Amino acid sequence: MKRFDYVRPSSIAEAVSAAALPGSAILGAGTNLLDMMKIGSAQPERLVDITRLPGLDGIDWLPDGSVEIGALVRNADLAYDERFARRFPSVAEALLSGASPQLRNAATAGGNVMQHTRCAYFHDLSSACNRRSPGSGCDALNGENRLHAVLGWSEHCIATHPSDFCVPLVALDAVVEIEGHKGRRELALEALHLLPGNTPEVESALMPGELIVALRLPAEAADFASHTRYLKLRERTSYAFAVVSAAAALVVDAGVVQSARLALGGVAAKPWRARRAEDALTGKPASPEAFAEAARLALADAKPSGHNAFKIELARRIVVRALTEAATGTPERTIPLPGSVFTTQAGSNHVA
Amino acid sequence: MSLSINLTINGQLRDITLDDPRVTLLDLLRERLDLTGTKKGCDRGQCGACTVLVNGRRMNSCLALTASLDGAVITTIEGLADGDTLHPLQSAFIEHDGFQCGFCTPGQIMSAAGLIAEAQAGDDPERIRELMSGNICRCGAYQGITEAVQQAQREMIARNRKDAA
Ligand SMILES: Cc1cc2nc3c(=O)[nH]c(=O)nc-3n(C[C@H](O)[C@H](O)[C@H](O)COP(=O)(O)OP(=O)(O)OC[C@H]3O[C@@H](n4cnc5c(N)ncnc54)[C@H](O)[C@@H]3O)c2cc1C
Ligand code: SF4
Ligand code: FES
Ligand code: FES
Repeated sequence: MKRFDYVRPSSIAEAVSAAALPGSAILGAGTNLLDMMKIGSAQPERLVDITRLPGLDGIDWLPDGSVEIGALVRNADLAYDERFARRFPSVAEALLSGASPQLRNAATAGGNVMQHTRCAYFHDLSSACNRRSPGSGCDALNGENRLHAVLGWSEHCIATHPSDFCVPLVALDAVVEIEGHKGRRELALEALHLLPGNTPEVESALMPGELIVALRLPAEAADFASHTRYLKLRERTSYAFAVVSAAAALVVDAGVVQSARLALGGVAAKPWRARRAEDALTGKPASPEAFAEAARLALADAKPSGHNAFKIELARRIVVRALTEAATGTPERTIPLPGSVFTTQAGSNHVA
Repeated sequence: MSLSINLTINGQLRDITLDDPRVTLLDLLRERLDLTGTKKGCDRGQCGACTVLVNGRRMNSCLALTASLDGAVITTIEGLADGDTLHPLQSAFIEHDGFQCGFCTPGQIMSAAGLIAEAQAGDDPERIRELMSGNICRCGAYQGITEAVQQAQREMIARNRKDAA
Protein backbone atom coordinates (compact mmCIF):
# COMPACT_ATOMS: atom_id res chain seq x y z
CA MET A 1 0.00 0.00 0.00
CA LYS A 2 1.26 3.45 -0.87
CA ARG A 3 2.00 5.70 2.12
CA PHE A 4 -0.52 8.42 2.83
CA ASP A 5 -1.20 11.19 5.30
CA TYR A 6 -4.02 10.61 7.73
CA VAL A 7 -6.17 13.55 8.76
CA ARG A 8 -9.17 13.58 11.04
CA PRO A 9 -11.12 16.82 10.58
CA SER A 10 -13.39 17.93 13.40
CA SER A 11 -15.93 19.84 11.32
CA ILE A 12 -17.63 19.43 7.97
CA ALA A 13 -15.96 22.64 6.72
CA GLU A 14 -12.53 21.26 7.62
CA ALA A 15 -13.37 17.96 5.96
CA VAL A 16 -14.45 19.70 2.77
CA SER A 17 -11.23 21.74 2.63
CA ALA A 18 -9.04 18.68 3.22
CA ALA A 19 -10.99 16.53 0.77
CA ALA A 20 -10.68 19.17 -1.95
CA LEU A 21 -6.85 18.98 -1.97
CA PRO A 22 -5.53 16.94 -4.91
CA GLY A 23 -4.83 13.33 -3.91
CA SER A 24 -7.35 13.25 -1.05
CA ALA A 25 -9.85 10.48 -0.47
CA ILE A 26 -12.67 10.44 2.06
CA LEU A 27 -12.51 7.55 4.51
CA GLY A 28 -15.75 6.06 5.83
CA ALA A 29 -15.37 2.59 7.34
CA GLY A 30 -12.81 1.80 4.65
CA THR A 31 -14.30 -1.58 3.70
CA ASN A 32 -14.11 -0.60 0.03
CA LEU A 33 -11.38 2.04 0.08
CA LEU A 34 -8.78 0.10 2.13
CA ASP A 35 -9.40 -2.97 0.01
CA MET A 36 -8.67 -0.91 -3.11
CA MET A 37 -5.61 0.70 -1.53
CA LYS A 38 -4.18 -2.74 -0.78
CA ILE A 39 -4.43 -3.79 -4.40
CA GLY A 40 -3.46 -0.38 -5.77
CA SER A 41 -6.67 0.53 -7.60
CA ALA A 42 -6.87 3.50 -5.22
CA GLN A 43 -3.67 5.33 -4.27
CA PRO A 44 -4.67 8.39 -2.26
CA GLU A 45 -1.99 10.62 -0.80
CA ARG A 46 -4.24 11.73 2.02
CA LEU A 47 -7.07 10.03 3.85
CA VAL A 48 -9.69 12.34 5.28
CA ASP A 49 -11.32 10.33 8.06
CA ILE A 50 -14.89 11.58 8.41
CA THR A 51 -16.02 8.97 10.94
CA ARG A 52 -15.69 11.38 13.90
CA LEU A 53 -17.61 14.24 12.33
CA PRO A 54 -20.47 15.22 14.64
CA GLY A 55 -24.12 14.98 13.62
CA LEU A 56 -23.82 12.54 10.73
CA ASP A 57 -24.75 9.30 12.48
CA GLY A 58 -28.45 9.81 13.14
CA ILE A 59 -31.68 8.61 11.55
CA ASP A 60 -33.82 11.74 11.76
CA TRP A 61 -37.56 11.87 11.16
CA LEU A 62 -38.54 15.27 9.84
CA PRO A 63 -41.91 16.95 10.53
CA ASP A 64 -43.10 16.38 6.95
CA GLY A 65 -42.68 12.61 7.37
CA SER A 66 -39.46 12.30 5.39
CA VAL A 67 -36.42 10.65 6.93
CA GLU A 68 -32.83 11.79 6.83
CA ILE A 69 -30.20 9.05 7.05
CA GLY A 70 -26.85 10.46 8.20
CA ALA A 71 -23.92 9.54 5.98
CA LEU A 72 -22.23 7.75 8.89
CA VAL A 73 -25.18 5.54 9.87
CA ARG A 74 -23.87 2.00 9.65
CA ASN A 75 -25.62 -0.32 7.21
CA ALA A 76 -26.64 -2.79 9.96
CA ASP A 77 -27.98 -0.07 12.26
CA LEU A 78 -30.22 1.27 9.51
CA ALA A 79 -31.50 -2.16 8.49
CA TYR A 80 -32.31 -3.10 12.10
CA ASP A 81 -33.89 0.23 13.04
CA GLU A 82 -37.47 -0.85 13.66
CA ARG A 83 -39.21 2.33 12.62
CA PHE A 84 -37.12 2.59 9.46
CA ALA A 85 -37.57 -1.06 8.50
CA ARG A 86 -41.34 -0.83 9.01
CA ARG A 87 -41.66 2.15 6.67
CA PHE A 88 -39.05 1.14 4.11
CA PRO A 89 -38.88 -2.66 4.30
CA SER A 90 -37.31 -3.16 0.86
CA VAL A 91 -34.44 -0.83 1.81
CA ALA A 92 -33.83 -2.90 4.94
CA GLU A 93 -34.05 -6.09 2.89
CA ALA A 94 -31.55 -4.77 0.34
CA LEU A 95 -29.11 -3.81 3.09
CA LEU A 96 -29.40 -7.21 4.76
CA SER A 97 -28.85 -8.99 1.44
CA GLY A 98 -25.52 -7.21 0.94
CA ALA A 99 -22.02 -8.21 2.04
CA SER A 100 -21.77 -9.92 5.47
CA PRO A 101 -22.85 -9.02 9.02
CA GLN A 102 -19.29 -7.89 9.84
CA LEU A 103 -19.13 -5.64 6.79
CA ARG A 104 -22.61 -4.23 7.41
CA ASN A 105 -21.63 -3.41 11.01
CA ALA A 106 -18.80 -1.28 9.66
CA ALA A 107 -20.01 0.08 6.31
CA THR A 108 -21.46 3.59 6.31
CA ALA A 109 -24.46 4.78 4.30
CA GLY A 110 -22.31 7.28 2.38
CA GLY A 111 -19.60 4.71 1.67
CA ASN A 112 -22.13 2.18 0.41
CA VAL A 113 -23.57 4.67 -2.06
CA MET A 114 -20.09 5.74 -3.21
CA GLN A 115 -18.55 2.24 -3.46
CA HIS A 116 -16.72 1.46 -6.68
CA THR A 117 -17.41 -1.09 -9.38
CA ARG A 118 -16.20 -4.66 -8.82
CA CYS A 119 -15.01 -5.01 -12.45
CA ALA A 120 -11.90 -7.19 -12.06
CA TYR A 121 -9.96 -5.24 -14.70
CA PHE A 122 -10.58 -1.98 -12.87
CA HIS A 123 -8.80 -3.47 -9.85
CA ASP A 124 -6.00 -5.18 -11.78
CA LEU A 125 -3.31 -2.59 -12.45
CA SER A 126 -1.85 -4.56 -15.36
CA SER A 127 -5.16 -4.38 -17.28
CA ALA A 128 -6.30 -1.58 -19.56
CA CYS A 129 -9.18 0.29 -17.97
CA ASN A 130 -10.65 3.61 -19.07
CA ARG A 131 -12.35 4.13 -15.74
CA ARG A 132 -9.08 3.86 -13.76
CA SER A 133 -6.80 5.34 -16.37
CA PRO A 134 -8.63 7.34 -19.04
CA GLY A 135 -7.84 6.49 -22.64
CA SER A 136 -6.06 3.21 -21.86
CA GLY A 137 -8.83 1.01 -23.27
CA CYS A 138 -11.18 -1.52 -21.68
CA ASP A 139 -9.95 -5.07 -21.20
CA ALA A 140 -13.39 -6.17 -20.05
CA LEU A 141 -14.82 -5.67 -23.54
CA ASN A 142 -13.05 -8.78 -24.79
CA GLY A 143 -12.50 -10.43 -21.46
CA GLU A 144 -14.44 -12.06 -18.62
CA ASN A 145 -17.58 -10.01 -18.92
CA ARG A 146 -20.48 -12.27 -18.06
CA LEU A 147 -21.37 -10.08 -15.06
CA HIS A 148 -21.00 -6.74 -16.83
CA ALA A 149 -23.64 -4.22 -17.85
CA VAL A 150 -26.57 -4.78 -20.19
CA LEU A 151 -28.03 -1.27 -19.94
CA GLY A 152 -26.51 2.19 -20.34
CA TRP A 153 -22.99 1.00 -21.19
CA SER A 154 -20.69 2.40 -23.86
CA GLU A 155 -17.75 0.90 -25.71
CA HIS A 156 -15.54 2.85 -23.29
CA CYS A 157 -16.79 1.02 -20.21
CA ILE A 158 -19.22 -1.79 -19.43
CA ALA A 159 -18.92 -1.84 -15.64
CA THR A 160 -21.84 -2.10 -13.20
CA HIS A 161 -22.47 -0.38 -9.88
CA PRO A 162 -22.56 -3.05 -7.17
CA SER A 163 -24.65 -1.49 -4.38
CA ASP A 164 -27.84 -3.24 -3.25
CA PHE A 165 -28.86 -0.37 -0.94
CA CYS A 166 -29.04 2.09 -3.85
CA VAL A 167 -31.59 0.05 -5.81
CA PRO A 168 -34.67 0.51 -3.58
CA LEU A 169 -33.44 4.01 -2.68
CA VAL A 170 -33.56 5.03 -6.34
CA ALA A 171 -36.97 3.40 -6.75
CA LEU A 172 -38.24 5.43 -3.79
CA ASP A 173 -36.92 8.81 -5.03
CA ALA A 174 -34.12 9.19 -2.47
CA VAL A 175 -32.27 12.51 -2.39
CA VAL A 176 -28.56 12.98 -1.63
CA GLU A 177 -27.61 15.89 0.63
CA ILE A 178 -24.18 17.19 -0.26
CA GLU A 179 -21.85 19.61 1.49
CA GLY A 180 -19.09 21.39 -0.46
CA HIS A 181 -17.14 24.63 -0.71
CA LYS A 182 -20.22 26.49 -1.86
CA GLY A 183 -22.38 25.15 0.92
CA ARG A 184 -25.13 22.58 0.79
CA ARG A 185 -26.86 21.23 -2.29
CA GLU A 186 -29.21 18.38 -3.06
CA LEU A 187 -29.37 15.91 -5.87
CA ALA A 188 -31.71 13.05 -6.75
CA LEU A 189 -29.82 9.82 -6.00
CA GLU A 190 -30.75 8.78 -9.53
CA ALA A 191 -28.51 11.60 -10.82
CA LEU A 192 -25.52 10.82 -8.56
CA HIS A 193 -23.97 7.88 -10.44
CA LEU A 194 -23.10 8.61 -14.04
CA LEU A 195 -23.31 6.37 -17.08
CA PRO A 196 -19.89 5.90 -18.71
CA GLY A 197 -20.39 7.56 -22.12
CA ASN A 198 -17.00 8.90 -23.27
CA THR A 199 -15.82 9.64 -19.71
CA PRO A 200 -16.12 6.54 -17.54
CA GLU A 201 -13.50 7.99 -15.17
CA VAL A 202 -16.12 10.52 -14.01
CA GLU A 203 -18.02 8.14 -11.77
CA SER A 204 -20.33 10.47 -9.92
CA ALA A 205 -21.74 13.99 -9.93
CA LEU A 206 -19.79 14.88 -6.76
CA MET A 207 -17.23 17.67 -7.25
CA PRO A 208 -13.78 17.41 -5.62
CA GLY A 209 -14.13 17.98 -1.90
CA GLU A 210 -17.87 17.38 -1.89
CA LEU A 211 -19.11 15.19 0.88
CA ILE A 212 -22.35 13.28 1.19
CA VAL A 213 -23.81 14.26 4.54
CA ALA A 214 -27.15 12.47 4.34
CA LEU A 215 -29.61 10.54 2.21
CA ARG A 216 -33.25 11.52 2.43
CA LEU A 217 -36.36 9.51 1.67
CA PRO A 218 -39.55 11.49 1.05
CA ALA A 219 -42.64 10.78 3.14
CA GLU A 220 -44.46 9.30 0.10
CA ALA A 221 -41.89 6.50 -0.05
CA ALA A 222 -43.60 4.95 2.98
CA ASP A 223 -46.88 4.59 1.00
CA PHE A 224 -45.42 1.41 -0.47
CA ALA A 225 -44.55 -0.18 2.89
CA SER A 226 -47.12 -2.97 2.71
CA HIS A 227 -46.23 -4.04 -0.87
CA THR A 228 -42.54 -3.91 -1.52
CA ARG A 229 -39.64 -6.33 -1.96
CA TYR A 230 -36.01 -6.41 -2.94
CA LEU A 231 -34.89 -9.59 -4.69
CA LYS A 232 -31.34 -10.40 -5.62
CA LEU A 233 -29.94 -13.24 -7.66
CA ARG A 234 -26.45 -14.30 -6.58
CA GLU A 235 -24.02 -17.02 -7.58
CA ARG A 236 -24.22 -18.30 -4.02
CA THR A 237 -27.06 -17.84 -1.58
CA SER A 238 -25.34 -15.31 0.67
CA TYR A 239 -22.27 -13.02 0.88
CA ALA A 240 -22.11 -12.33 -2.86
CA PHE A 241 -22.83 -9.41 -5.13
CA ALA A 242 -25.95 -9.38 -7.30
CA VAL A 243 -25.89 -10.90 -10.76
CA VAL A 244 -29.16 -9.01 -11.20
CA SER A 245 -31.55 -7.58 -8.63
CA ALA A 246 -34.83 -5.70 -8.50
CA ALA A 247 -36.66 -3.47 -6.07
CA ALA A 248 -40.40 -3.39 -6.61
CA ALA A 249 -42.93 -1.25 -4.74
CA LEU A 250 -46.66 -1.06 -5.35
CA VAL A 251 -49.77 0.61 -4.07
CA VAL A 252 -52.57 -1.84 -4.86
CA ASP A 253 -56.27 -1.17 -4.35
CA ALA A 254 -58.86 -3.86 -5.08
CA GLY A 255 -56.35 -5.70 -7.24
CA VAL A 256 -55.51 -2.63 -9.31
CA VAL A 257 -52.07 -0.99 -9.27
CA GLN A 258 -52.46 2.65 -8.20
CA SER A 259 -48.79 3.42 -8.21
CA ALA A 260 -45.63 1.44 -9.01
CA ARG A 261 -41.90 1.79 -8.48
CA LEU A 262 -39.28 -0.40 -10.06
CA ALA A 263 -35.49 -0.31 -10.14
CA LEU A 264 -32.83 -2.81 -11.18
CA GLY A 265 -29.38 -3.54 -9.77
CA GLY A 266 -26.37 -5.23 -11.34
CA VAL A 267 -27.38 -4.18 -14.86
CA ALA A 268 -25.71 -0.78 -15.35
CA ALA A 269 -23.14 1.66 -14.00
CA LYS A 270 -25.93 3.12 -11.88
CA PRO A 271 -28.98 1.84 -10.06
CA TRP A 272 -31.46 1.63 -12.92
CA ARG A 273 -34.92 3.13 -12.55
CA ALA A 274 -37.48 1.60 -14.93
CA ARG A 275 -39.96 4.43 -15.39
CA ARG A 276 -41.64 3.15 -18.54
CA ALA A 277 -42.46 -0.06 -16.74
CA GLU A 278 -43.83 1.91 -13.78
CA ASP A 279 -46.09 3.96 -16.07
CA ALA A 280 -47.35 0.86 -17.84
CA LEU A 281 -48.25 -0.81 -14.53
CA THR A 282 -50.25 2.13 -13.23
CA GLY A 283 -53.99 1.52 -13.52
CA LYS A 284 -53.53 -2.12 -14.57
CA PRO A 285 -54.64 -5.16 -12.58
CA ALA A 286 -51.78 -6.63 -10.52
CA SER A 287 -51.58 -9.64 -12.82
CA PRO A 288 -48.91 -11.91 -14.31
CA GLU A 289 -49.57 -10.34 -17.73
CA ALA A 290 -49.04 -6.82 -16.45
CA PHE A 291 -45.85 -7.88 -14.65
CA ALA A 292 -44.49 -9.63 -17.77
CA GLU A 293 -45.17 -6.50 -19.81
CA ALA A 294 -43.44 -4.37 -17.18
CA ALA A 295 -40.41 -6.68 -17.35
CA ARG A 296 -40.38 -6.45 -21.14
CA LEU A 297 -40.44 -2.65 -21.02
CA ALA A 298 -37.82 -2.45 -18.27
CA LEU A 299 -35.35 -4.39 -20.41
CA ALA A 300 -36.50 -3.12 -23.82
CA ASP A 301 -33.24 -1.21 -24.39
CA ALA A 302 -30.96 -3.89 -22.95
CA LYS A 303 -28.05 -5.13 -25.04
CA PRO A 304 -25.40 -7.66 -24.07
CA SER A 305 -21.95 -6.07 -23.64
CA GLY A 306 -20.22 -9.43 -23.90
CA HIS A 307 -21.02 -12.95 -22.73
CA ASN A 308 -23.93 -11.71 -20.71
CA ALA A 309 -27.08 -11.95 -22.82
CA PHE A 310 -28.39 -14.33 -20.14
CA LYS A 311 -28.55 -11.43 -17.70
CA ILE A 312 -31.27 -9.78 -19.75
CA GLU A 313 -33.59 -12.75 -19.39
CA LEU A 314 -32.62 -13.17 -15.73
CA ALA A 315 -33.40 -9.50 -15.14
CA ARG A 316 -36.84 -9.89 -16.73
CA ARG A 317 -37.54 -12.85 -14.48
CA ILE A 318 -36.36 -11.12 -11.32
CA VAL A 319 -38.60 -8.16 -12.20
CA VAL A 320 -41.63 -10.42 -12.57
CA ARG A 321 -40.81 -12.14 -9.30
CA ALA A 322 -40.17 -8.96 -7.38
CA LEU A 323 -43.47 -7.49 -8.61
CA THR A 324 -45.32 -10.72 -7.83
CA GLU A 325 -43.89 -10.82 -4.31
CA ALA A 326 -44.60 -7.14 -3.79
CA ALA A 327 -48.22 -7.68 -4.85
CA THR A 328 -48.48 -10.60 -2.41
CA GLY A 329 -47.43 -8.25 0.36
CA THR A 330 -44.36 -7.41 2.40
CA PRO A 331 -43.60 -10.26 4.85
CA GLU A 332 -44.41 -9.45 8.50
CA ARG A 333 -40.79 -10.02 9.48
CA THR A 334 -37.66 -9.96 7.31
CA ILE A 335 -37.33 -13.42 5.81
CA PRO A 336 -34.45 -15.68 6.93
CA LEU A 337 -32.47 -15.15 3.72
CA PRO A 338 -33.12 -11.50 2.88
CA GLY A 339 -33.39 -10.77 -0.82
CA SER A 340 -32.85 -14.42 -1.69
CA VAL A 341 -34.94 -16.33 -4.19
CA PHE A 342 -33.85 -19.48 -2.34
CA THR A 343 -35.52 -18.75 0.95
CA THR A 344 -37.70 -21.45 2.42
CA GLN A 345 -40.31 -18.83 3.33
CA ALA A 346 -43.66 -20.14 2.14
CA GLY A 347 -44.63 -18.70 -1.21
CA SER A 348 -41.16 -17.35 -1.87
CA ASN A 349 -39.44 -20.59 -2.73
CA HIS A 350 -37.79 -20.91 -6.12
CA VAL A 351 -39.64 -24.19 -6.63
CA ALA A 352 -43.06 -22.83 -5.85
CA MET B 1 4.17 11.42 10.73
CA SER B 2 3.57 9.50 13.92
CA LEU B 3 0.20 9.03 15.55
CA SER B 4 -0.67 8.29 19.15
CA ILE B 5 -3.90 6.54 19.98
CA ASN B 6 -5.51 4.57 22.80
CA LEU B 7 -7.17 1.21 22.51
CA THR B 8 -8.63 -1.03 25.17
CA ILE B 9 -7.71 -4.53 24.08
CA ASN B 10 -9.14 -7.47 26.01
CA GLY B 11 -9.75 -5.24 29.00
CA GLN B 12 -6.35 -3.58 29.03
CA LEU B 13 -5.92 0.09 28.10
CA ARG B 14 -2.97 0.48 25.75
CA ASP B 15 -1.20 3.52 24.36
CA ILE B 16 -0.26 2.84 20.81
CA THR B 17 2.14 4.88 18.74
CA LEU B 18 1.89 4.34 15.01
CA ASP B 19 4.91 5.33 12.95
CA ASP B 20 2.91 4.44 9.85
CA PRO B 21 -0.80 5.20 9.29
CA ARG B 22 -1.23 2.17 7.02
CA VAL B 23 -1.47 -0.37 9.83
CA THR B 24 -4.77 -2.27 9.85
CA LEU B 25 -6.22 -3.47 13.13
CA LEU B 26 -5.39 -7.03 12.05
CA ASP B 27 -1.72 -6.24 11.47
CA LEU B 28 -1.55 -4.28 14.71
CA LEU B 29 -2.86 -7.27 16.66
CA ARG B 30 -0.76 -9.90 14.96
CA GLU B 31 2.48 -8.15 14.09
CA ARG B 32 2.85 -5.56 16.82
CA LEU B 33 0.95 -6.82 19.86
CA ASP B 34 1.68 -10.52 19.44
CA LEU B 35 -2.01 -11.42 19.55
CA THR B 36 -1.88 -14.01 16.80
CA GLY B 37 -5.17 -15.72 17.67
CA THR B 38 -6.90 -13.48 15.13
CA LYS B 39 -6.14 -14.95 11.70
CA LYS B 40 -5.37 -13.43 8.32
CA GLY B 41 -7.09 -15.37 5.56
CA CYS B 42 -7.82 -13.15 2.58
CA ASP B 43 -6.93 -9.71 4.02
CA ARG B 44 -9.80 -8.35 1.89
CA GLY B 45 -13.05 -8.79 3.80
CA GLN B 46 -13.96 -11.98 2.01
CA CYS B 47 -13.41 -14.75 4.58
CA GLY B 48 -14.11 -13.55 8.14
CA ALA B 49 -10.99 -15.16 9.69
CA CYS B 50 -9.96 -11.78 11.10
CA THR B 51 -13.26 -11.08 12.90
CA VAL B 52 -12.96 -9.29 16.24
CA LEU B 53 -15.37 -7.21 18.32
CA VAL B 54 -14.95 -3.44 18.05
CA ASN B 55 -17.02 -1.68 20.71
CA GLY B 56 -18.97 -4.93 21.02
CA ARG B 57 -19.71 -5.27 17.30
CA ARG B 58 -18.16 -7.89 15.05
CA MET B 59 -16.02 -6.47 12.27
CA ASN B 60 -13.32 -7.55 9.84
CA SER B 61 -10.08 -6.29 11.37
CA CYS B 62 -8.32 -6.58 7.99
CA LEU B 63 -10.41 -3.72 6.58
CA ALA B 64 -10.25 -1.48 9.66
CA LEU B 65 -7.63 1.24 9.80
CA THR B 66 -6.10 1.34 13.30
CA ALA B 67 -5.66 5.12 13.21
CA SER B 68 -9.39 5.53 12.75
CA LEU B 69 -10.22 3.46 15.86
CA ASP B 70 -8.78 5.78 18.53
CA GLY B 71 -10.55 5.08 21.84
CA ALA B 72 -12.18 1.83 20.74
CA VAL B 73 -12.69 -1.25 22.88
CA ILE B 74 -11.45 -4.38 21.12
CA THR B 75 -12.11 -7.99 22.06
CA THR B 76 -10.18 -10.76 20.36
CA ILE B 77 -10.33 -14.52 20.79
CA GLU B 78 -7.63 -14.22 23.47
CA GLY B 79 -10.00 -12.12 25.58
CA LEU B 80 -13.04 -14.37 25.47
CA ALA B 81 -12.38 -17.01 28.12
CA ASP B 82 -12.76 -16.20 31.81
CA GLY B 83 -9.33 -17.23 33.09
CA ASP B 84 -9.18 -21.00 32.62
CA THR B 85 -12.92 -21.29 32.11
CA LEU B 86 -13.80 -21.43 28.43
CA HIS B 87 -16.48 -19.16 27.03
CA PRO B 88 -19.70 -21.12 26.28
CA LEU B 89 -18.98 -20.67 22.56
CA GLN B 90 -15.52 -22.18 22.90
CA SER B 91 -16.87 -25.25 24.76
CA ALA B 92 -19.74 -25.61 22.30
CA PHE B 93 -17.39 -25.54 19.30
CA ILE B 94 -15.37 -28.37 20.87
CA GLU B 95 -18.46 -30.36 21.78
CA HIS B 96 -20.06 -30.07 18.32
CA ASP B 97 -16.90 -30.49 16.22
CA GLY B 98 -17.29 -26.94 14.95
CA PHE B 99 -13.88 -27.10 13.29
CA GLN B 100 -11.34 -29.36 11.67
CA CYS B 101 -8.06 -27.52 10.93
CA GLY B 102 -9.08 -24.64 13.20
CA PHE B 103 -7.85 -21.78 11.03
CA CYS B 104 -11.25 -20.12 10.65
CA THR B 105 -12.27 -20.88 14.25
CA PRO B 106 -11.23 -17.70 16.09
CA GLY B 107 -13.11 -15.69 13.46
CA GLN B 108 -16.11 -18.01 13.63
CA ILE B 109 -16.27 -17.76 17.42
CA MET B 110 -15.89 -13.96 17.50
CA SER B 111 -18.50 -13.67 14.78
CA ALA B 112 -20.85 -15.93 16.75
CA ALA B 113 -20.29 -13.75 19.83
CA GLY B 114 -21.34 -10.77 17.74
CA LEU B 115 -24.34 -12.64 16.33
CA ILE B 116 -25.58 -13.55 19.81
CA ALA B 117 -25.21 -9.94 20.99
CA GLU B 118 -27.14 -8.71 17.94
CA ALA B 119 -30.04 -11.05 18.87
CA GLN B 120 -31.52 -11.18 15.36
CA ALA B 121 -31.32 -14.91 14.64
CA GLY B 122 -33.24 -16.55 17.49
CA ASP B 123 -32.84 -20.32 17.49
CA ASP B 124 -33.62 -20.67 13.77
CA PRO B 125 -30.75 -22.56 12.11
CA GLU B 126 -31.46 -20.90 8.76
CA ARG B 127 -31.16 -17.43 10.27
CA ILE B 128 -28.01 -18.47 12.13
CA ARG B 129 -26.42 -19.83 8.93
CA GLU B 130 -27.29 -16.65 7.04
CA LEU B 131 -25.92 -14.44 9.81
CA MET B 132 -22.73 -16.54 9.99
CA SER B 133 -22.22 -16.34 6.22
CA GLY B 134 -19.44 -13.77 6.62
CA ASN B 135 -17.22 -16.59 7.90
CA ILE B 136 -15.99 -19.11 5.39
CA CYS B 137 -14.78 -22.54 6.56
CA ARG B 138 -12.51 -24.29 4.10
CA CYS B 139 -13.00 -27.54 6.03
CA GLY B 140 -16.78 -27.29 5.74
CA ALA B 141 -17.54 -27.61 9.44
CA TYR B 142 -20.74 -25.60 8.98
CA GLN B 143 -23.13 -28.12 10.52
CA GLY B 144 -21.13 -28.26 13.75
CA ILE B 145 -20.72 -24.50 13.76
CA THR B 146 -24.48 -23.90 13.50
CA GLU B 147 -25.17 -26.40 16.30
CA ALA B 148 -22.46 -24.88 18.48
CA VAL B 149 -23.90 -21.39 18.03
CA GLN B 150 -27.38 -22.65 18.90
CA GLN B 151 -26.16 -24.41 22.04
CA ALA B 152 -24.00 -21.54 23.27
CA GLN B 153 -26.79 -19.06 22.70
CA ARG B 154 -29.26 -21.19 24.66
CA GLU B 155 -26.76 -21.53 27.51
CA MET B 156 -26.02 -17.84 27.58
CA ILE B 157 -29.71 -16.92 27.60
CA ALA B 158 -30.37 -19.41 30.42
CA ARG B 159 -27.42 -18.06 32.40
CA ASN B 160 -28.60 -14.47 31.97
CA ARG B 161 -32.06 -15.47 33.22
CA LYS B 162 -30.53 -17.08 36.29
CA ASP B 163 -28.37 -14.02 36.93
CA ALA B 164 -31.40 -11.76 36.59
CA ALA B 165 -33.52 -13.89 38.95
C1 LIG C 1 -16.30 -9.15 0.52
C2 LIG C 1 -17.26 -8.02 0.27
C3 LIG C 1 -18.55 -8.29 -0.16
C4 LIG C 1 -19.44 -7.25 -0.40
N1 LIG C 1 -20.71 -7.54 -0.83
C5 LIG C 1 -21.57 -6.53 -1.09
C6 LIG C 1 -22.90 -6.80 -1.54
O1 LIG C 1 -23.30 -7.95 -1.71
N2 LIG C 1 -23.71 -5.73 -1.80
C7 LIG C 1 -23.29 -4.45 -1.61
O2 LIG C 1 -24.09 -3.54 -1.86
N3 LIG C 1 -22.05 -4.17 -1.19
C8 LIG C 1 -21.20 -5.18 -0.92
N4 LIG C 1 -19.93 -4.89 -0.50
C9 LIG C 1 -19.48 -3.49 -0.49
C10 LIG C 1 -19.77 -2.79 0.81
O3 LIG C 1 -21.15 -2.53 0.88
C11 LIG C 1 -18.98 -1.47 0.77
O4 LIG C 1 -17.62 -1.80 0.92
C12 LIG C 1 -19.39 -0.53 1.90
O5 LIG C 1 -20.74 -0.21 1.84
C13 LIG C 1 -18.56 0.75 1.80
O6 LIG C 1 -18.81 1.56 2.93
P1 LIG C 1 -17.59 2.16 3.76
O7 LIG C 1 -18.13 3.05 4.81
O8 LIG C 1 -16.67 1.08 4.20
O9 LIG C 1 -16.90 3.02 2.61
P2 LIG C 1 -15.37 3.39 2.32
O10 LIG C 1 -14.63 2.19 1.91
O11 LIG C 1 -14.83 4.17 3.47
O12 LIG C 1 -15.56 4.35 1.10
C14 LIG C 1 -16.00 3.89 -0.17
C15 LIG C 1 -15.91 5.04 -1.18
O13 LIG C 1 -16.84 6.07 -0.86
C16 LIG C 1 -16.21 7.31 -0.60
N5 LIG C 1 -16.96 7.90 0.51
C17 LIG C 1 -17.22 7.33 1.72
N6 LIG C 1 -18.05 8.10 2.45
C18 LIG C 1 -18.33 9.18 1.70
C19 LIG C 1 -19.15 10.35 1.88
N7 LIG C 1 -19.84 10.54 3.02
N8 LIG C 1 -19.21 11.26 0.89
C20 LIG C 1 -18.52 11.08 -0.28
N9 LIG C 1 -17.74 10.00 -0.50
C21 LIG C 1 -17.65 9.06 0.45
C22 LIG C 1 -14.77 6.94 -0.28
O14 LIG C 1 -13.89 7.98 -0.59
C23 LIG C 1 -14.56 5.74 -1.17
O15 LIG C 1 -14.27 6.11 -2.48
C24 LIG C 1 -19.03 -5.91 -0.21
C25 LIG C 1 -17.73 -5.64 0.22
C26 LIG C 1 -16.84 -6.67 0.46
C27 LIG C 1 -15.45 -6.34 0.92
S1 SF4 D 1 -15.57 -2.22 -17.91
FE1 SF4 D 1 -15.05 -0.16 -17.20
S2 SF4 D 1 -14.12 -0.58 -15.21
FE2 SF4 D 1 -14.04 -2.52 -16.34
S3 SF4 D 1 -12.09 -2.52 -17.48
FE3 SF4 D 1 -13.61 -1.64 -18.84
S4 SF4 D 1 -13.36 0.55 -18.48
FE4 SF4 D 1 -12.44 -0.44 -16.72
S1 FES E 1 -8.73 -11.77 6.58
FE1 FES E 1 -10.26 -10.30 6.98
S2 FES E 1 -11.97 -11.14 5.98
FE2 FES E 1 -10.38 -12.49 5.34
S1 FES F 1 -11.91 -25.53 10.41
FE1 FES F 1 -10.55 -25.47 8.74
S2 FES F 1 -11.22 -23.70 7.73
FE2 FES F 1 -12.76 -23.95 9.17
